[in-house]
Amino acid sequence: MISTIKNLYEHDRRFRFAFIVIIGIIIFSSLSFFSPYDPSSSYDVPSDQPPSIKYFFGTSSRGQDILWKMTFAIRNSLLFGISTALLSRIISILVGLTAGYKGGIGDRILMSINDSFIVIPMLPLLILFNFIFQEKMNLFLLSLIMACLGWAWDARLIRSQVLSLKEREFTRTAVYSGMKSLPITLKEHLPFVMPIVFATMINNMLWSMGLEVSLAVLGLSDTDTPTIGTTIYWANQHQALVAGVWWWIAAPIVISTFLFVGLYLLFASLNQYIDPRTRLLRIGG
Amino acid sequence: MGILKVEDLKAYYMTDVYGIKRTVRAVDGVSIEINENEIFGIAGESSCGKTTLMKVLSGAVKSPLTVVGGKALYSFGDGSLDILSLQEDELRKIRWKSISCILQGSMSVLNPVRRIYKTFRDFVEAHQKIEKKRDFMRRMRDHLGELGLPREVLKAYPHHLSGGMKQRVTIALATIFKPNVIIADEPTTALDVIVQRGVLQLLREIQKEQKNTIILVTHDMAVHANIADRIAIMYAGRIVEEAKASDIFENSLHPYTQHLIDSLPMIGDKSHRISIPGAPPNLADPPNGCGFHPRCSSVMGICREEVPPLIEVGDRHRVACFLVSKESGDGK
Amino acid sequence: MVNSEKLLSVKDITKVFSIGGLLTGTRLTAVNEVYFEMGSANPEIFTLAGESGSGKTTLARLILHDIELTHGSIFYRGTDVTRIKNRKERMGFMQRVQPIFQNPFETFNPLKRVDTYLYATAVNYGIAKSGESTDGVVDDALRSVGLSLQEVQGRYPHELSGGQLQRVSVARALIPRPSLLIADEPVSMVDASLRMSIVNLFKELKETSGVSIIYITHDLATAYYISDRIAIMLRGNFVEMGPVEKVLSEPLHPYTKILKESVPKPVLGEKWKDKIELSTLEAKEFARVGCKFAGRCPSVMDICKKEDPKNFLVDERTVKCHLYAKQFKNSIL
Repeated sequence: MISTIKNLYEHDRRFRFAFIVIIGIIIFSSLSFFSPYDPSSSYDVPSDQPPSIKYFFGTSSRGQDILWKMTFAIRNSLLFGISTALLSRIISILVGLTAGYKGGIGDRILMSINDSFIVIPMLPLLILFNFIFQEKMNLFLLSLIMACLGWAWDARLIRSQVLSLKEREFTRTAVYSGMKSLPITLKEHLPFVMPIVFATMINNMLWSMGLEVSLAVLGLSDTDTPTIGTTIYWANQHQALVAGVWWWIAAPIVISTFLFVGLYLLFASLNQYIDPRTRLLRIGG
Repeated sequence: MGILKVEDLKAYYMTDVYGIKRTVRAVDGVSIEINENEIFGIAGESSCGKTTLMKVLSGAVKSPLTVVGGKALYSFGDGSLDILSLQEDELRKIRWKSISCILQGSMSVLNPVRRIYKTFRDFVEAHQKIEKKRDFMRRMRDHLGELGLPREVLKAYPHHLSGGMKQRVTIALATIFKPNVIIADEPTTALDVIVQRGVLQLLREIQKEQKNTIILVTHDMAVHANIADRIAIMYAGRIVEEAKASDIFENSLHPYTQHLIDSLPMIGDKSHRISIPGAPPNLADPPNGCGFHPRCSSVMGICREEVPPLIEVGDRHRVACFLVSKESGDGK
Repeated sequence: MVNSEKLLSVKDITKVFSIGGLLTGTRLTAVNEVYFEMGSANPEIFTLAGESGSGKTTLARLILHDIELTHGSIFYRGTDVTRIKNRKERMGFMQRVQPIFQNPFETFNPLKRVDTYLYATAVNYGIAKSGESTDGVVDDALRSVGLSLQEVQGRYPHELSGGQLQRVSVARALIPRPSLLIADEPVSMVDASLRMSIVNLFKELKETSGVSIIYITHDLATAYYISDRIAIMLRGNFVEMGPVEKVLSEPLHPYTKILKESVPKPVLGEKWKDKIELSTLEAKEFARVGCKFAGRCPSVMDICKKEDPKNFLVDERTVKCHLYAKQFKNSIL
């Protein structure tokens, strides 16, 4: 693990940049544990102060120190993205592997369910859920709902990979070595599937965080919990740009831009590294 | 009359992936001269460098393959052609016209979604304008007829044809413009025995009629015995022996050549045979000195240190072996 | 005590594939009424020889029960292979009958170390009980093919040569102590000069370990070298079958004759003389009525184009050819 990171750090410029940015953002978000202010409190400091040495990112119209607020916002957004991605990966791997390996009727049933999920329009559905749950809507619930909506596309990808792997001769060798179906899927096929899983995970993170921002700005997310999206929401509620409090909007946008770009570059470089073809070159093939 | 002169050609694959540098010395100092009107065979186990050599000689050098040294000059009557220095547009002009390639699995040269005659037309149009469609179709039919291919082939799609038929169509494509040199890299390796015979007989006939040069590369010595005039044996990126076919089979001097021939079984002969001990060398980390020394039963001290030079020992018979060049040096 | 139970009994098996739709598709008879038996008293090497499209690989898959028969029966030591359903029976069968595949580089997962398959086989068939004895079992198997655990341990497929990988594949197949190996073109992807080591290995396995082998190939020279009996296949039919010495030295069927003559010899002065007629479209030959070889047979007669020949017992072998009908009318099989 360490050697992999070292290897990539030295030889891949994209990775180097992404690594530094992401580590920086993670450190930033962990500062939230040392925050002198409670995340939901307001009017702790003078409002509408521009960025200065004392208030690094300035203060909001609600008297919150934006720097400390952002540490919570980033932390929550990251956790939200990671949990959505992880949950949906689990579903897509289970569905994709099962459908691919079993084939027959099971495959067809799973794929019909799968395709139904692909065509569901998400935004209207999420708005609907929001109206249903209203106050009970919190970030974790939102993450759960999005995970249940965001697995279908990638499940299909995984399934087609498994389908082609089934035909390869080493699958037969594994059968004649006495291996059962589950070990074959996990030991023989999963290594080929992992790059897809990994790539789609980061992709999914980007998607879910982006969607959360969109929802939050519309006021449809959990507005009490600080996230990138809700920060922008509250800034808009107080008409920050009109009032000249530009730093309130700038902070979440700038940081999230770095975050998204960093994640994307991370995904691109790691994906290339894990790809079976370059992996062979690396081992020395 | 020489048609191709190769001097100390070196071509390596150089890759640099995540800090791991590898240099595969696929062609490591090859010098041969090939004549007009002959079938020249190049024999050797897989990964001895023969396919790389063909890539260089046909102008298909793409990264990570790099020509590191040496010369390769073709002489087509009207002057010489340095294949190593040609640009892409000049290469395109001579491809299929002066130098043609038939590769293993080159059926992929046939576009799977176009009928055969259309693929032929594309090829011809790339080099000369087609005046009248009817004349062109007649020319094609005549050409196929000369090669013993039925005319139904023209209207068919590639997937209608068997492997052997596709390979013969590829040969027809490669010979439309009557090129001076045909490079055939393992043209029959994937084919059935009877089909292989048909394809080899076809190549022999084409050569006899057009009096051109065919460079035939294959690891199967039995194929060489059937159609090659002269044969060069390649090992670990170098030529270890080169002679007329009769000398290679009846009078070979290099231990590897002898092994190559002795390891092949024959119907009617149940005597015990063995294959060469050991495995072909890893060209990314080739042995010092003579490439064959780790597997040679007659290895001497000097073989481990120095590369034996390719010297002439008879009528156009060259060998690279210290046993022969009598430079015994330190002995065992 | 005489062991009258046959090792393998393949009776009139036929496999028909439907290509295309229900209404518009065609049927391809890949294997047509094939019959042969292998005894269990003495191990033997039985070769299935033929070109591509001959049905030899389909026949191998039928015997391994990878695909279902259309009709006929296959018995392994008295057990009906086609009735093997549950996992326990299947494992029992696989322990006795193991395959060796054609492409050594595809036989193993390129991302896994090759020894994992050896260990898995040893454990799954109960050959090795504990962790330590597994090493011993694997090492023994590797030694029997001329390799050792030290050379192979921890290696990925691309770190070994084709010949070495194929030997590892044989070692893996030997771990469960099978009685029958089915080797599908095991040396066609190995260089001609390196084939002998694998072929010699098969010979040795038969002689010292008592393993019978069904050797599938299109290379008659290696077939001659190691087989006891050989069957020549053409478009799903056995056209000639018998002791290899007879079939290859004095071939009776016209196809066997052409096949034998077309094998290039590594000797000068034996070049082919006659020109060869190559078939155009495979599908045409499969769809032929009568003898499948009639289209290119130099001795073709009228009856060949109408009637599929029967099998005649001639000079220690069976030949499926009308040429032998008159003389051997009474020896019809």
